[in-house]
Amino acid sequence: MSEPDRVDAVRLPPVTQLGMVSLALIVAAGIYLSAHIPEQVSGLVHVSGFASHSVSLAPAIVLLGASALMLAVNLLALARVDGFAWARFFEIARWALLAYAIIAGMIEYVFLRNHTSGGPLVVLSFALVLFAVHVPVLIGFTVARYQES
Amino acid sequence: MAQAVSSPGIGIGDGAAAAQGPPADVERPDFQIVPRAGLPIVGVVLVLLIAGIATNKLWPLMFLHVVGGASWTIIDLFLGFVLGPILGSLPIPARIALTTRLMPKMVLIMPTAVTVTLAAGWQLGTHVGTVQSSYYLHGWVVASYIVVGVMAVIALGLLEPANIAVLTELKKPQPKPEVVEKLMKRFIYTAGATGLMQIATLVIMTRLASG
Repeated sequence: MSEPDRVDAVRLPPVTQLGMVSLALIVAAGIYLSAHIPEQVSGLVHVSGFASHSVSLAPAIVLLGASALMLAVNLLALARVDGFAWARFFEIARWALLAYAIIAGMIEYVFLRNHTSGGPLVVLSFALVLFAVHVPVLIGFTVARYQES
Repeated sequence: MAQAVSSPGIGIGDGAAAAQGPPADVERPDFQIVPRAGLPIVGVVLVLLIAGIATNKLWPLMFLHVVGGASWTIIDLFLGFVLGPILGSLPIPARIALTTRLMPKMVLIMPTAVTVTLAAGWQLGTHVGTVQSSYYLHGWVVASYIVVGVMAVIALGLLEPANIAVLTELKKPQPKPEVVEKLMKRFIYTAGATGLMQIATLVIMTRLASG
């Protein structure tokens, strides 16, 4: 557990710090995949119709798995906090989730428009789902931490 | 409608004064955290984005990417290096007046600008071939991914939550000055950091545009 902040109502785990590391892992996975277009990823699919050598999806999957794990740890740590303003958290996070689901949907649309399919599409979609959950968690947490429960 | 609240100093860089200073009547205008009047405009922009991507024509994609990217870059630079320092030096009532008028608009403008820039940019890169690893300036393109990625982590992890949280705090009948101060500091410092990263974006994008 982190030290209590002088403006926090209760002692809180380092949700923002873990969330940022976790977001960075998602971004790293996205950069890895984007940087290898149009190479065949894991030999599963032609991303853009150019023949090239195979690039493994494994690094992206490992990065996203680590990110998902950190998200789960973050939520579990937060769930153990007594007196956290969950009502406020969900009030804010649900609207943020709607907004970031729209943003993630737009990016997914671009991938589909460019005929991304197979393994890369699954990995990129998973990354977008993680992104769309992560940001609302961080926004909801930042608001709720200053709320008297 | 404005409301006058009795509150100790609310602002940046005056934490001690905020905690110990004499109460001052601070007028806070009524505001919406997400301005509903702006939502139809965001909707129109997103429809234009979908249309641009669906048609996959060069000019609409270029237009959306350049307009979105220019807005994103200019706003970040202006906030980080011009408005941020000014905001920090304003009297408390002026800070609150500016904050409650500016920040709700940023809640709509920045995510929209970023989404349009990235989605149209990716489609544009696919259309003209600059996202291909065989492109001769591929290293510069990957550098742009990294810069955007770092900005995204800072903006999504720190700046955007601080923006929403400070507005939520200012909506309370008795906002805590120390909370507002802390969140405003976070907002301005992260805006400065993304402003610095935008200089790197300008270097990369002008290099790519020069061929």
